[in-house]
Amino acid sequence: MSKFITILEGLDRRWIFLAMAISVAGPILFIGITGKTLPETPTPTARAVYKEIEALSPGTPVLISFDFDPASGGELTPMATSLVHQCAARGLRMVFIALWPLGPQLIDETIKRVILADYPNLKEGVDYVNLGFQSGNESVMKVMLTDFAKAFPITKNGVAVGDVVALKGIQRVDNFPLLITISAGYPGAKEWIQYVISSSGGKIKMVTGCTGVQTPGLYPYYPVQLNGLLGAIKGAAEYESLVNSSLAPKDSSAAVPAKYLEAQRRMGPQLGAHLLMIALIILGNIAFFAQRNSKVRATS
Amino acid sequence: MKRLVPMWIAIIAGFVMLLSTFFPITESLGETVGEIFNVVAAIAFVLGAGSLAKVNLAKISRRDQGWGYAAITLICFTITLVVGLGKIGVPQSTQFPLLGWSGEKDAEGSIFGWIYEFALVPITSTMFALLAFYVASAAFRAFRAKNLEAILLLSTAFIVLLGRTFAGVVLTGWLPDWASGLRLENLSVYIMQVFNTAGNRAIIIGIALGVTATSLRILLGVDRSWMGSGD
Repeated sequence: MSKFITILEGLDRRWIFLAMAISVAGPILFIGITGKTLPETPTPTARAVYKEIEALSPGTPVLISFDFDPASGGELTPMATSLVHQCAARGLRMVFIALWPLGPQLIDETIKRVILADYPNLKEGVDYVNLGFQSGNESVMKVMLTDFAKAFPITKNGVAVGDVVALKGIQRVDNFPLLITISAGYPGAKEWIQYVISSSGGKIKMVTGCTGVQTPGLYPYYPVQLNGLLGAIKGAAEYESLVNSSLAPKDSSAAVPAKYLEAQRRMGPQLGAHLLMIALIILGNIAFFAQRNSKVRATS
Repeated sequence: MKRLVPMWIAIIAGFVMLLSTFFPITESLGETVGEIFNVVAAIAFVLGAGSLAKVNLAKISRRDQGWGYAAITLICFTITLVVGLGKIGVPQSTQFPLLGWSGEKDAEGSIFGWIYEFALVPITSTMFALLAFYVASAAFRAFRAKNLEAILLLSTAFIVLLGRTFAGVVLTGWLPDWASGLRLENLSVYIMQVFNTAGNRAIIIGIALGVTATSLRILLGVDRSWMGSGD
């Protein structure tokens, strides 16, 4: 036992790094080979996101803000995919914007992955439009409250917004009945609530998908200012399972494409990493108490 | 003068924004200030680029420790800037075929798009992924049940860590319906929605009061620390 404690006390952190690599790589390989994912039970916050989008009638404009960059892509890309998937299936008019400089590229990738691949009937500029990035953070939000075209005068392709059919009837941000933001930090979901939702007097509803770090800070706004919340990859997996089950092909033998299972596939590595963390905390505490007891014995 | 002009700009802009929130008649003034801010924010990118070049060039010329990294930063920055602004390798836009340089800078086949896809995305993702390794190491070394507060923190962490994965379902999924509130996945949601919300609301209210006090000090010209200590 004492030898085990000695090993624990002097454990090189590279062993911990190796254990983490194995606990993450193992489930990735297993899921990659077998194609099996863990079952998900959606929580009320994920159900709320699904319901808010489902409640809109086809042709309704929705504002989708990509407020993240590739660094958070592991957590947020799967939920961006599922959100656009549900909006496209529902036939909503999708207006994409970004308040982070690398957002427009992520929008293009999502459009390519979901809309161009599976909804080729949707027309750019009519059923969806990418307005690109605008600098200014909260100030852009404030301008959108009074004049949307001033905040985003042209599309990413350089077309004046006045000529874009998808933006017909949009003068102010509160002309959108629903705002969807995929947020990794500042500016993000919190700023949208503080500057747009609070000022719109309940005209616009908002749902968000955010990183695990942001999630605890957004719970206080749910369900009044924030109508739905997808917290980290867990929230993404719950929402993804909801969307997949509702959009399941009539031919039940057809498999769901891997791109629509990304969040559920990532719950495997998350399970491995969480179990390792718990094991490490327990082992660290065993070493700590053993050391403390030996010190007490030595002094007495 | 160097401090007086920025101070008055901040005071006027601040009061205009404040008034435009409460009085609809001043809404357009607030909008104008917002537009000015957006233009200034765009110019700040140029300022940021200048500052990056200045700091790194100084490091290289002084041969400071790690000056090689500064050189790599500058080389990468210059390459990205040139291929982005020059739209090198960008195919002609199909929408505006008669206009030169009308293609998107990050269009498929462009060098800028290549840098984004094959350098930026993997590098930033790798940096973020490294966190898992350091958090695991920190958890082993620093997360100790030293006192009651630490024990509470550890218990909460265990419930949330297990409740956010399928392990929670496996461990407590057998509990009958009348005790379903004790299932780890439900306990995790309860902790987030009740204890976390209560704590976070208290913090938010405290921050809001602090922000109000600090904003008033800035608007009244009492607090000038935001201008820095330089002359």
